[in-house]
Amino acid sequence: MSEGTSQPDSPFELAADATAGSAINRVPISEAVRAASPEELQLLMALRNGSEAAFVSLVEQYHRALLRMALVFVPSKAVAEEVVQETWMGVLQGLSRFEGRSSLKTWIFRILTNCAKTRAQREGRSVPFSSLAAYYDEGEESGEPAVEPERFTAPDWERPGHWISFPRNWDDIPEERLLSQETLSAISMAIDALPPNQREVITLRDIEGWTSEEICRFLGISEVNSRVLLHRARSRVRKALEKYFEEV
Amino acid sequence: MVKKNSNQDVLTCQEVVELVTDYLENALLPRTETLFEEHVAGCPGCTNNLRQVQKTIEMLRTLTQEPIFPETKEELLEIFREWKQAS
Repeated sequence: MSEGTSQPDSPFELAADATAGSAINRVPISEAVRAASPEELQLLMALRNGSEAAFVSLVEQYHRALLRMALVFVPSKAVAEEVVQETWMGVLQGLSRFEGRSSLKTWIFRILTNCAKTRAQREGRSVPFSSLAAYYDEGEESGEPAVEPERFTAPDWERPGHWISFPRNWDDIPEERLLSQETLSAISMAIDALPPNQREVITLRDIEGWTSEEICRFLGISEVNSRVLLHRARSRVRKALEKYFEEV
Repeated sequence: MVKKNSNQDVLTCQEVVELVTDYLENALLPRTETLFEEHVAGCPGCTNNLRQVQKTIEMLRTLTQEPIFPETKEELLEIFREWKQAS
């Protein structure tokens, strides 16, 4: 695993290393989180050279997630679509200035967040942007349980806090059912119903597969805080799905 | 509220369900992790709950594969072409 100790002191710089694939292995781990990945750098070169295919692949990769993130800030799908379109324009216009010191992904989402906030302010939506951290802390107080308390034996029972009846085994549900369009819409609806801060974290972590470190850095929140939000969000989506599978 | 890292010897089901995310994110203290795994191994209810959460995450993952409307893509390509011409 060890690649030797001769690691570069400076952060990974696009200009110097864009074509030197071998250099990538030597990027220290902490930098790897922050800097654009080799794939991103390749994509970036192609974009700058005007490759439509590169743009399409970027759109396919991020458009959905950008829409979901925009909806955290703006009131409707229609406005979110506009914000995302504006974001893509911002991305293209900023390409020549992007230096690869942050990941391309983070950079794109940063542009989205800025566009969405500006738009939300214009729409007169009062989300406390100025103190995002405080806004996240609020979520921590409402200690909503992952599973309804009435499904467990009461505190005065001999063995309190145990299942009264077990949750269903979803392994019985056929794969095609689990991944059906209908199930996916049920999940989408469950996500739409989440409080904004939870929606943001579950989108980045579970849908987009960001690491928790990336998320904390991006949102400026602590790991503990982001896990609390993630836990609430996953629990709510699981509950919604449980209900959905019961009904049909 | 569920106490996470107290000195108990066993966890109740109600405590286990609140630790699922920390477990999946590898954020439990080693001792709590052991208690968690021991409990789940002997508890069909908590096994099913954990699997439900894992399946939920798997399903969330598939959302990235949702197609984008062709009209949307066309609009964006138009923006791209304009940008290319201008630059």
